[in-house]
Amino acid sequence: MDLLIFQAPILMVQASLDGILLGILFALIAYGMALQWGVMNIINIAQGDLVILGGYIAYTMYLVGIHPAWGVIVSPIIMYFVGWGLYKLVINKVVDRDLFISILATFGIAIVFQQLMNFIFGADVVVAQSEYGTTMLFDNSVTLPNSKIFAAFISVIYAIGLVIYMRRSKLGRAIRATAQNARAAKILGVDTEKVYAATFGINAALCGVAGALISITLTLHPYVGLPYTVRSFMIVIVAGLGNLPAVALSGMGLGLFEEFADYILGTEFRIGAVFMLLVFILVYRRFKLSKKREYLK
Amino acid sequence: MNAVKQKDLILYSGLIILGLAAPFLFSAFKVQLTYLCVLIVLAMTWNLQGGEMGYNSFGNILFYGLGMYLTASVQVGMFFPLAEWTESGGEKTFVHTTAQYFQGIGVGLLVAAIVPTIVAGAIGYAILGLRGHYFAICTLGLGIAAGEIAGGIEIIGAGQGFTTPPFPAEIVDPEARGQFFYFLSFLVLVLAFVFVKYIYGSRFRLILNAIRDNEDKAEAMGIQTMKYKIVGWMCSAFFCGLAGGIMGGLIGYIDSTDVAFDGREMGVFMVLMAILGGKGTLWGPVIGATLFHFFKEGLWTFILGWQYVALGVLIVVIVVYFPEGLMGWLREKYPDRFGEVIDEKDRKAQVEIK
Repeated sequence: MDLLIFQAPILMVQASLDGILLGILFALIAYGMALQWGVMNIINIAQGDLVILGGYIAYTMYLVGIHPAWGVIVSPIIMYFVGWGLYKLVINKVVDRDLFISILATFGIAIVFQQLMNFIFGADVVVAQSEYGTTMLFDNSVTLPNSKIFAAFISVIYAIGLVIYMRRSKLGRAIRATAQNARAAKILGVDTEKVYAATFGINAALCGVAGALISITLTLHPYVGLPYTVRSFMIVIVAGLGNLPAVALSGMGLGLFEEFADYILGTEFRIGAVFMLLVFILVYRRFKLSKKREYLK
Repeated sequence: MNAVKQKDLILYSGLIILGLAAPFLFSAFKVQLTYLCVLIVLAMTWNLQGGEMGYNSFGNILFYGLGMYLTASVQVGMFFPLAEWTESGGEKTFVHTTAQYFQGIGVGLLVAAIVPTIVAGAIGYAILGLRGHYFAICTLGLGIAAGEIAGGIEIIGAGQGFTTPPFPAEIVDPEARGQFFYFLSFLVLVLAFVFVKYIYGSRFRLILNAIRDNEDKAEAMGIQTMKYKIVGWMCSAFFCGLAGGIMGGLIGYIDSTDVAFDGREMGVFMVLMAILGGKGTLWGPVIGATLFHFFKEGLWTFILGWQYVALGVLIVVIVVYFPEGLMGWLREKYPDRFGEVIDEKDRKAQVEIK
């Protein structure tokens, strides 16, 4: 327990800015999860591993000498096809099944992904250097890496772009129709199979963007996927499916929580704090709903 | 009826004799056999609430890890200062005498069984109010959080791990350690089996099944579902704690995320084994665990390095293609063996509706 943060308010500014910028990134991943959860009714435990895979794509670019920031364009394109292939291979067999089946199946996928990434990229913690420098604020007492600002900016652009795409395009309309009622959409001529594949692909592409941004702002490691899954799951259950402003807000809230937990409890408890927060949120919602004799659905 | 009973009697006595003779017959595989016993216990007790109650928990690893840490801590803490033990890595500084070792592990296992049960009871009311996948994700979070938090606590070794007391050096027989842990785990296995078998014949199982099939209706029928759910979870926790305690002593070293709260291995294994054998059956988890263990030990060495890939693929294949498991498949094939009477006309009519 370290209460230094309350004695030095400037640290609080630092933590808040860090948290908000990080939270926007989390919100992007959560948006992908909300999309596929809403449309396909699947909880994807491999979400975080898709993120990390996207990050490694950007890192590979960095290794061959291309600036990793280009990863935010290349990574989603590759990841779209990864997601599409994953759908055709496994996910299409679990779409209409019990949610627990999809959880376990994607858990299996997550393990495969982790191990394959471990083989290909090694078990070291890596980071792609963007060399964007640092912004100093308040007499140099608050430092903000420019890469974080860049990451938040790109996340917002992608999120807005996707919202417009979902509203305007034909595929977007088909996706929304399928989310509302898959059977009715099918009757009206929507090829739901294609819509599902595209949704999963878009989700993976969003993960790819987020991963590329994580590769320049944070660190990559083959086994850190699960915390990202849990974060996005948490954001989605707090914000609800398909409520984008709420997703952004709760993403930032989570980012803030994490940074403060990091300062107060110590870095070793950071991931533990995230998982405990998940438990607390679920339990809180359960008690709130049980007053109305309902439960989380 | 009597003939059936007699058949059962022969089966069970045969299995018990086999179990007692196994460490002498296959004395090179004692550690593997101990693992097998523990895996069966875990699968069987997971099945109690995963299969019977319909509450698919990823978090039973919490009780397993808790049991492991508790046994080791009690075993050390009863005779020596715990903090100094973990600081020095637990080697050479303090040595348990034979009597101390066995006293310690006895009390430790007792604590390891009781405390997780109490914990399950305490958090049960909050957690078991969640249903379906929310429960699954919540327990997954609990298990991982426990591992992360245990990895930050200094007194139980934090990130560097906790060496459990070595087997007393005064016992010179090299076979003794393996035999001790094997018989300990076999005892727990027999206890667990008798307990689960008893539950399978009781009203309690019917209540659990009612909760699985439709909780709201079960509640409407006047069953206090919450009470039974908590008791069901506590039963699992009891045996998970014991299994964890034994494994801690057997492995000899506890790491917070790789050994104790090992959601990536044990936590998934117990779910997988129960599903492989068939959820909601008495023998399913036993067969599933045995098959899985043979598969794992037989194949792991040939595909060294690729075992996790194989594990992941295995999970996907089992879950996607055999969600009913082996017993479910057999049941589909030979329904009359399972005491189900099927009206052929009725069955055909149902197929046509589909």
